[in-house]
Amino acid sequence: MKADIRVALAGNPNTGKSTLFNVLTGLNQKIGNFPGVTVDKKTGYCALPDGRTAEIIDLPGTYSLYPKSQDESIVFSVLADPSNQHKPDLVVVILDASNLKRNLLLYTQVADLKIPVIIALNMIDLADKSGIKIDIDLFAKRLGVPVVPISARSIKGIDKLKTAISYANKIALQEESIDVEAIAPHLIAQIQEDLKIDNPYFALQLAHQHETVKFLSPEENARIEMLEEQYTFNSQKAQGAETIARYAFINELLYDTVKKPETAQDESLSNKIDKVLTHKVFGFIIFFAILMFMFQAIFSWSSYPMELIADLFVWVQDKLHQLLPAGPLTSLLVDGVIAGLSGVMVFIPQIAILFAFISILEDTGYMSRVTFMMDKLMRKVGLNGKSVVPLIGGFACAVPSIMSTRTIENWKDRMITIMVTPLVTCSARLPIYTLLIALVVPNRNVWWLFNLQGLALTGMYVFSLISAVVVAFVFKLILKGRERGYFIMELPVYRMPRWNNVIYSMYERAKTFVFQAGKVIIAVSVILWVLASYAPGDRFERIDKKYQQPQYTKTLNADELNRAIASEKLESSYAGVLGHVIEPVIRPLGFDWKIGIALITSFAAREVFVGTMATIYSVNGSAEKMESVQKKMHDAKNPETGQPVFTLAVAFSLMMFYAFAMQCASTVAVVYRETKNWHWPAIQFAYMAVLAYAASFVAYNILK
Amino acid sequence: MKLSQLLAGQKGIVKEFTDLEMSVKLMEMGCLPGEEVCVERIAPLGDPIAINVAGYSLSLRKREASTIILQ
Repeated sequence: MKADIRVALAGNPNTGKSTLFNVLTGLNQKIGNFPGVTVDKKTGYCALPDGRTAEIIDLPGTYSLYPKSQDESIVFSVLADPSNQHKPDLVVVILDASNLKRNLLLYTQVADLKIPVIIALNMIDLADKSGIKIDIDLFAKRLGVPVVPISARSIKGIDKLKTAISYANKIALQEESIDVEAIAPHLIAQIQEDLKIDNPYFALQLAHQHETVKFLSPEENARIEMLEEQYTFNSQKAQGAETIARYAFINELLYDTVKKPETAQDESLSNKIDKVLTHKVFGFIIFFAILMFMFQAIFSWSSYPMELIADLFVWVQDKLHQLLPAGPLTSLLVDGVIAGLSGVMVFIPQIAILFAFISILEDTGYMSRVTFMMDKLMRKVGLNGKSVVPLIGGFACAVPSIMSTRTIENWKDRMITIMVTPLVTCSARLPIYTLLIALVVPNRNVWWLFNLQGLALTGMYVFSLISAVVVAFVFKLILKGRERGYFIMELPVYRMPRWNNVIYSMYERAKTFVFQAGKVIIAVSVILWVLASYAPGDRFERIDKKYQQPQYTKTLNADELNRAIASEKLESSYAGVLGHVIEPVIRPLGFDWKIGIALITSFAAREVFVGTMATIYSVNGSAEKMESVQKKMHDAKNPETGQPVFTLAVAFSLMMFYAFAMQCASTVAVVYRETKNWHWPAIQFAYMAVLAYAASFVAYNILK
Repeated sequence: MKLSQLLAGQKGIVKEFTDLEMSVKLMEMGCLPGEEVCVERIAPLGDPIAINVAGYSLSLRKREASTIILQ
């Protein structure tokens, strides 16, 4: 789509920026990357009342143009760098009307860059309700910019905002806020002259940020460095002076334009909620109860839709076997691709429910209370209150969680968080645990309300958190810190979750899972099917010949004969050979060569395990009778002993292996991307492999 | 008097900071000299604390709060 005007949304965190972005662009949005840095770039399109189309860029939320994290540093680059391909024609700064003072700091900085600006005064209804009176006309006049009161949540004032965007000036007309030149007079003038910059505030920002921005040439950088020394420029002192000057301007503006109720306000609702949710005792009980509820819900709510999807796939496979002529192609499609896919599609309901919970916890503001409560505890083990979000997000997927560690300013805390996040039970492990627990743990209730299977799953989740904490502590002792950490964080007001955002996030995540995992799984399924259906040399022919001999055809019925042939064929196929090669290594863990095949394939991604199991056991089973994977695995017998393959010991040993092993190519890639050094993913892979082997070994030998 | 010495529910007015790096970050968040701060609550394990400043809640560690000197 071609856009006529490019608009950037800027604002503090928790001002409803994402909600406004969703309202403006609808489903017409995509998530990409800013070039050169790993920061999510959300863009979308919006039809303006005059028929033109605006491209909207959602910039990361920030309190000022001075970045405290990688995400925030992109804001200055996009807004100020003249050569940036995303440089907007217009910036919409979103201000929380109920908290104008702090919000205006960012506005005055953006305005001083002299880009055309519009103010969207969000949550105007909440400000009204709490008795805050804003003289909007005077406010707009004093700043010299259009000010549009809106409520993004209840979709009010959006049309007026769109109109304002379409009428926006091409040149910046806003009033000066502070005397920028006074902060570092000679330095600013000299930078402006040497680098040919018109805007004094841009020059000042370059003095602060020239080491981190990507768009300066080495000569320009060296020049600024030299000038700073010449004029003895102290970045922190200058920044402090600027902030004080800006707040003086803001206080004066607010004094004239905003009237707050004089009477002492009632205790706010948020405060009342906080008294309970961050209570010494109840706080932790509630947090634990929420986690328990989440995992119970994932199990029980998803069971019906999961059965439905599983039955649907069995039906499709049955039908295809009837309709299509028997042959290698049909077999590839039905036993390879569809069998592998069905094993994954079944888990869409669980993943959707998990992401719904996580987005509700973030949206309501509860997640930052968890950060607040856990900081001291987390610091003891070398983490940081802010590590809680990646760790809890790790329940969903380690990949976005590792990306979200960018909010942790301290290098050591961030590295440790990255190293331990993949230990947390992610949604890709969920299918494996569900399957194995359903196989060996009886489905009944204990103490009336706790389902035994649910408890076993909760146990696996708790265990993963404990192991993450222990490993973090070990890393804390090994790693050397580089700088001091700090923890200054806004506690946003509690809000009802925006159901639209929750649904967006569920849809988005389930879609990503299906497409990302689906691609790998189809590829792996096809390779597996080939490996399992062909054998080196003429082994298959010899097996066929062997079973044509009368001692077999006379003693076995047709069904038994087919089964015996299929089983022997699988064992002598390429896949069987591969499985047998690693069998000696995994035998002490209780795994046979079939599980070995699944272990090898799941090093691409864990969720492949279920698909692999489905493929291996369909190839092995009779083609006419389609069964779910669980049934197939349940019926699997050890050919030597006649005992079931999946005993309690084997199932738990397998779960331990999956709990620790780094079986996810995407995580390895993202850790490299975030740490910019191959050491980190290599160390992580190695320590996790060692732990996986040890834990499986212990589990198998205890339960055997 | 340092901010870290206040108990939950107590108020004070910011006078100055003892740490330049921290002061820049705190001022950005609206915690400036002359501003009234109120300790809203203390985390269940005794650290960090939540303060109300400039009309919103901010959480910071005790060690960070000890760099804020009150009038």
